[in-house]
Amino acid sequence: MAAAEARIDVRRAAPGRLLLIAAALLFLGLFLVLPLLAVFVQALAKGVSAYVAAISDPMAWAAVKLTLTVAAIAVPFNLVFGVAAAWAIAKFEFRGKNTLITLIDLPFAVSPVIAGLIFILLFGSHGWFGGYLKAHHIRVVFAVPGIVLATIFVTFPFIARELIPVMQAQGKDDEESALSLGATGWQTFWRVTLPNIRWGLMYGVLLCNARAMGEFGAVSVVSGHVRGLTNTMPLHVEILYNEYNYTAAFAVASLLALLALLTLVGKSFLEWRQPELKHAARLAHDRTRREKT
Amino acid sequence: MATPVAAVEVKEPTPRRLPQRVLPGFGLTLGYTMVYLSLIVLIPLSAVFFRSLGSGWGHFWDVVTAPRVVASLRLSFGASLTAALINVIFGFMVAWVLVRYSFPFKRLVDAMVDLPFALPTAVAGIALTALYAPNGWLGIWLKSFGISVAFTPLGIVVALTFIGLPFVVRTLQPVLEDLDREVEQAAATLGASALQAFARVILPALWPALLTGFALAFARAVGEYGSVIFIAGNMPMKSEIAPLLIVTKLEQYDYAGATAIAVVMLVLSFALMFGINALQNWALSRHGGR
Repeated sequence: MAAAEARIDVRRAAPGRLLLIAAALLFLGLFLVLPLLAVFVQALAKGVSAYVAAISDPMAWAAVKLTLTVAAIAVPFNLVFGVAAAWAIAKFEFRGKNTLITLIDLPFAVSPVIAGLIFILLFGSHGWFGGYLKAHHIRVVFAVPGIVLATIFVTFPFIARELIPVMQAQGKDDEESALSLGATGWQTFWRVTLPNIRWGLMYGVLLCNARAMGEFGAVSVVSGHVRGLTNTMPLHVEILYNEYNYTAAFAVASLLALLALLTLVGKSFLEWRQPELKHAARLAHDRTRREKT
Repeated sequence: MATPVAAVEVKEPTPRRLPQRVLPGFGLTLGYTMVYLSLIVLIPLSAVFFRSLGSGWGHFWDVVTAPRVVASLRLSFGASLTAALINVIFGFMVAWVLVRYSFPFKRLVDAMVDLPFALPTAVAGIALTALYAPNGWLGIWLKSFGISVAFTPLGIVVALTFIGLPFVVRTLQPVLEDLDREVEQAAATLGASALQAFARVILPALWPALLTGFALAFARAVGEYGSVIFIAGNMPMKSEIAPLLIVTKLEQYDYAGATAIAVVMLVLSFALMFGINALQNWALSRHGGR
C-alpha cells in the first residue's frame, strides 16, 4: 500500500497534485479550522480572568449539569435499544428487515425543530395528553422530561446504526459455538458478543453522546428557556449571545468545542483500534465479499 | 436474500427460514425494538400528520401557500441545494486528496473532516457569524469587495456548507479506496489522457457515491436550524428558513400553522430519504454483481 502510494507520488509529482492539495487544505482551513479557532479566540478576547468568570457563573454551571444529566439518561436508553435492534437485525433473517432499518434511520431525516414540535403536539397543554398531564400536575414540555425525550428522538439511530454493520460482520459462528458448548443465552451475550462488539459499541456511544450534548434545535423548542432550570449548554450559549454577552457566550461555547475535539480524538482512537469502523457500511459488505471468494 | 428453499408455505410467523434459529433472543430483541421505535419515533411523528388532518385541508393549503411560508421553503431548499453542490465539488476534492496523495498531517486533516458532526450547531453558528460579520476576520476582508455574507442568504449557504461537509467526503472515501488503480493505468497505457481517464473511468464508478453524499448533505441542510439562525439575519421573505418559521409560529401558539409547514418538510425529506435508500441498494447490487 505504502509502496504503491510512493510510486504514484513520484509518477505524479506534478504541479496539479500540489494545487489540488493546496485547494483542499484551503477549503478545510476556511470552513473548519477558522471557525474552531474563532471560538477560542473570542472566548479569551477579554483575558483569562473574564473567561474563568464566565464559565464559573452559576447559570453556566446549571447548564453544564443539565446537559450532562440529559446525556446520561438519553444515551443509555439508545444504547439498550441499539444493542437489541442490532441483535435482531444482524443475527436473524425476517421479513421487513430493510423497512425496519429505514425506519430506524427516520429521525435523521427529521428536522430537529420538528422533533421538538412533535413532543409539544403530544404533551403540550393543547396536546393529545395535555389534559391528562395537567390534571396530574406532570410537566413534560418546557421541563426536563421534554428535553430528554427530544434528545432521545434526535440521537435515536446513532448507536443502532453503528452496531448493525459491526454485528453483521461478526456473523453468528462465535455465538453458536458458545451455545453448543453449553452457555446460556445471556452468558453468550456477555462473554462472547459484547467483547466482540466493544469498539463498535464505544464508537456509537461516543457519537450519540456528542450529538446529545450538542443538540440545539429540538431542545430549544421543548425547553421553554428557563434559566438555571431548563437551559442546556447550547441554549445557554444562545441566550448569552442574544444578550450581546459575547465573551461569556464564546466561553461556554469553547467548552462544547473542547467536547467536540475530545470526541474527534476518541473517534480517531477507535478507528485506529478497528479501522473498519470509519466506514461502518463496509464491514458487512467486506464480509459478503470474503464469503463469495 | 431469498434462499431457494424458503418457498415452503408456512402460516405462522415463527420459523420462516429453514435453517433453525439456534441463537436465542429473537422475539425479545425484535419485540423491544418495535415497541421502542413505535413509542419514541413512529407514534410521535404520526401526531404531526393527525394534527394537520385535524385542522382541515383548506386551512392546511392556506398556510402552506402563504407568501412568507413559500419564501421560507424556497430559501431552505434553495440554500441547501447550493450548499450540497459546493460540498460535492470540494468534498470530492478533499476525498481525492486524502485517498490518493500523502502530505504532512494527513491523519489530522482526515480526523478534522468530522468536526461538523461533533461540533454543536449553535457553536458553529456563532463562530461562523463572528467570522463573517462585517467586522469579523473574513467579513472585513469580504466587505472591501462589496460582499456581505452574514445576515444575508449567502450566510445561510456558508452555514449549510459547514454542516454538510463530512457527508460527501465520507461517502466517497471508501469507494475511492476500492477503485482499482490498474484500470486507470490500463486507460493510460491505452493512450487516454489524464482527463479522459478521469471522465470515462473514474467518474462513472464514483457517481452513485457522489449522488448519495449530495443527497445526505442536502437532507441534513434542509432541516438545519442551530447553525443558521445566528448568521441568517432572519428577515421574513428574505433570510428566514422554514424551520425558523415553524419556531416562530409555535411561539405565537399557532400550532396548526407550525404543523402544516412541518408536514410539507417531512414529506419532502422522507421522499428524499427513500430515494437515497433506493439509490444505495441499487449501487450496492451493481457493485456486488461485478
